[in-house]
Amino acid sequence: MADVNRGNRPLSPHLTIYRPQLTSVTSILTRITGNALIVASLLIVWWFLAASISEAYFDIANSVLSSWFGTLVLILSVWALWYHLLAGVRHLIWDNALLMDITTAEKLGWIVIAGSLLCTVITLVIL
Amino acid sequence: MVQLALPKNSRIKKGKTWPKPNGSTHLRKFQIYRWNPDNTKNPTIDNYFVDMDTCGPMVLDVLIKIKNEIDPTLTFRRSCREGICGSCAMNIDGINTLACIYGTDEIKGDVKIYPLPHMPVVKDLIPDLTHFYAQHASIMPWLETKTNLPAKEWQQSIEDRKKLDGLYECVMCASCSTSCPSYWWNGDRYLGPAALLHAYRWIIDSRDEATGERLDDLEDPFKLYRCHTIMNCTKTCPKGLNPAKAIAEIKKMMLERTV
Repeated sequence: MADVNRGNRPLSPHLTIYRPQLTSVTSILTRITGNALIVASLLIVWWFLAASISEAYFDIANSVLSSWFGTLVLILSVWALWYHLLAGVRHLIWDNALLMDITTAEKLGWIVIAGSLLCTVITLVIL
Repeated sequence: MVQLALPKNSRIKKGKTWPKPNGSTHLRKFQIYRWNPDNTKNPTIDNYFVDMDTCGPMVLDVLIKIKNEIDPTLTFRRSCREGICGSCAMNIDGINTLACIYGTDEIKGDVKIYPLPHMPVVKDLIPDLTHFYAQHASIMPWLETKTNLPAKEWQQSIEDRKKLDGLYECVMCASCSTSCPSYWWNGDRYLGPAALLHAYRWIIDSRDEATGERLDDLEDPFKLYRCHTIMNCTKTCPKGLNPAKAIAEIKKMMLERTV
């Protein structure tokens, strides 16, 4: 096909037409939760910093974090932490080339999702 | 690089709806990606209606019927019609598979058919696999030996031969590589599941004497390590193979030889 002009060839569609798979969704969630946790940890650091600066400044930070929106962000962060942890454990298992047949891999996916939700609820109940 | 949106010339426009055949009671709608290199128009989705009472059960039967009876310009690759040549790999109902062994009864509603994802399109459902084949060639898909040729043949124990099961069956249809988001974003440098499965097939072949060189070649930030164990490859493989596991085994060997 050396005589064919490849310059104007279209790129076939990908993300928009590929059906979301349990495998790919749990994978991208690992990244999303990981990045979200960086932001969440910055929030917590800001809270600590505020406490070390002044009482007035701490009151501002504390009111932001304990508002309904702040609470929602923190609850989601708890879930993200559990999800990222469990998904990380799954990666450690896979790094040993274990439990990689597709049925088991998908079961692990559901365990990570259900486990993260369950652990979040337990965490919220205990705290 | 991650580029979520399609380039301007690749965005899909509305296409033609072909007339329904007369006098059939069991019609099914097929939405098929079309692109013709002979003009400068964007790709389109054409709608076809097929009488399933007079059509074979597989998606490939439908494509052949459309080409024979409705639209002879519809272009696709096919050969063996039994899942052994790998020619008719395409994206059907959102997953990559072989049209010849994928039944229309496995699909709910209208059937959407696209070429393999994130590939340059030659025409309609035919992707340009030049780079994919070049990547396969780069892993040296042949037996490399240093010792003198044996009098008869290279021998292998039954156990060692068993290690090749689940690897040698790959037909290079490219379904796995083009299902892999990592291959979509970094396919120029990441070898992708198919080539890496073949790489592993030769790495663990007891007769091969270039294991070290093969691993050296893969020790690269992109070639191997862009695999993030997403596992779309294993999920979609029409032959039921496990490229993700093969890649994990290579990564494990890389680690084992450094510690």
